[in-house]
Amino acid sequence: MAKVIYKLEDDISTDIIYPGRYMATVLPTETPQYAFADLTDLNKMLNDGNLPQQSIIVAGKNFGCGSSREQACSTLKGHELTVVARNFARIFLQNSINLGLQTIVCPEVDASVGDEMEIADNKLINKTSGKSFEIIPLPQARQSIIDAGGLIPYTRKRLMQNVGK
Amino acid sequence: MSQTVVQKILAKASGKSHVEVGEVLEPKVDLAMSHENAALVMNQFLDIYNGTGLDAKVWDPSKIAIIFDHRVPAESKKTATNQKLIREFVAEQGIKKFHDIRGDEMGICHQILPEYGYVRPGYVVVGTDSHTTSHGALGAFSFGIGATEMASVWTLGTILNVEVPATIKVEINGKFQKHVAPKDLILYVIGKLTAEGANFKVIEFHGDTIRKMDTSGRLTICNMSVEAGATSGIVPGDEETIRYLREVAGVKDDIPLTIPDRDAEYDRILEIDASTLVPQVACPHTVDNVKPVSEIEGLKIEQVVIGSCTNGRLDDLEIAASILKGKKVAKGTRMLVFPASGNIYREAMKRGYLNDLMEAGAVIANPGCGPCLGVHQGALGDGERALSTTNRNFKGRMGNPSAEVYLCSPAVAAVSALTGVITNPNGGN
Ligand code: SF4
Repeated sequence: MAKVIYKLEDDISTDIIYPGRYMATVLPTETPQYAFADLTDLNKMLNDGNLPQQSIIVAGKNFGCGSSREQACSTLKGHELTVVARNFARIFLQNSINLGLQTIVCPEVDASVGDEMEIADNKLINKTSGKSFEIIPLPQARQSIIDAGGLIPYTRKRLMQNVGK
Repeated sequence: MSQTVVQKILAKASGKSHVEVGEVLEPKVDLAMSHENAALVMNQFLDIYNGTGLDAKVWDPSKIAIIFDHRVPAESKKTATNQKLIREFVAEQGIKKFHDIRGDEMGICHQILPEYGYVRPGYVVVGTDSHTTSHGALGAFSFGIGATEMASVWTLGTILNVEVPATIKVEINGKFQKHVAPKDLILYVIGKLTAEGANFKVIEFHGDTIRKMDTSGRLTICNMSVEAGATSGIVPGDEETIRYLREVAGVKDDIPLTIPDRDAEYDRILEIDASTLVPQVACPHTVDNVKPVSEIEGLKIEQVVIGSCTNGRLDDLEIAASILKGKKVAKGTRMLVFPASGNIYREAMKRGYLNDLMEAGAVIANPGCGPCLGVHQGALGDGERALSTTNRNFKGRMGNPSAEVYLCSPAVAAVSALTGVITNPNGGN
């Protein structure tokens, strides 16, 4: 069971997720402190570390639009968040897949802060409201990167295969 | 079977004669570009090699470009140290397409790539920057990726799991009115398509307005295609592409062109009459919040910015200088100009544009991204409003989430700098 800890509107850009002024910080071990730095309540909540075991952020459409900066994914991954959105901007979604940040594409999602959510059979179930919503599954080609544990191990495997040829 | 230009490019890069929309490919990459975020790419690249017992060598150093532009000269010891580590890596790996912080070779990555002939029609180009869509202006399939994906490209030379995108065709005919520019056209298109309207798709630009447009204007429209969510914007290569590559980039070798089939299948077709367009402005805080400038005239502005990979080229500086020459920037308004490359800077200096702009009160910054991303120059104060020729007006862009950024063409920016309020260059007297 996972809990909704925050709700965001449409078109949340990478400038909101990880402001440009922190771009010189690149290592995934160092980026989490700056997650949503300008949304001070959310940033504090994440950094205080009293989050439920599994925490969900629910957003509207076009989450992660803007820059290709991968810090916007590693910063959320560092807090082990799950992002549920109506849809995601392309580069952000691909970066999430590559780094193993859990993203759920759920066009009809309806939830409030504090709601308990569960995933079952390609559905997102809001245990609190009793409603359930269709999840759009990732294309198979992308799923294989997730199954390999992310793009780094996936590429490493391919590299070794190429060397073996 | 008929194909769009991107289908043809991807087919060739994947060793196939034909590809279908949605098909998953592993195309070969012709050019892989990064800027300061190469620091993260290096980290991920070394991680891939970790434990393999292999020497970490990039697949082909001649196909990698690294351009310092985002924070130049460095604003902090952290950036300076990243740049230092990248310089060492570049030397170690033998990467030659490297542009350091030097007046003779520096510039914004999306200006350097075309200027130096690194991009050709038909290429597959990837860059760790969302505005890598720019290079579609030269007929390449060019798109932004993350740092880990780039590390994978550096390792394998291919990009894994690319789905052939559907294409939206935008057909533009007619002649622009006075003070209407490619920037107004692309703002109008983004307003029509919305910020996510082209997500996962390519925008292919056609029509006689595009055919007559020079490469500078095409770079502006392809640059901003990503603001409609597009994977890439593309103008199929033509005579102008060849002219630009020969005259500006000094390319000597063969320049084959890839063009779409006449009856290629498009996801959607948008037709625009350029002669009816008026100057446009994208209002805060999304790029698709586009209005004719006449609707928001009179709003006070504390900062005007002319520059960026969108509109920091010679023609942009020329129009600004022609409007400001012999006049003064309004009191209470700061005007910042940052040319897109060293070559443009020096040429604008020779032609007197920079002098005209400075005499009017503008500050000329060094080539680079500068205020566009608000990290180390030209940040806005609380509650301030900027009018800018850059490409993004997101909350927090230009360094302050409690400030506002409006986007426009160089002509609108220059005219407004004189009045200190958003002004229609075609309005009144
Ligand atoms: S000028 Fe702005 S949009 Fe262009 S590459 Fe630099 S930061 Fe990105």
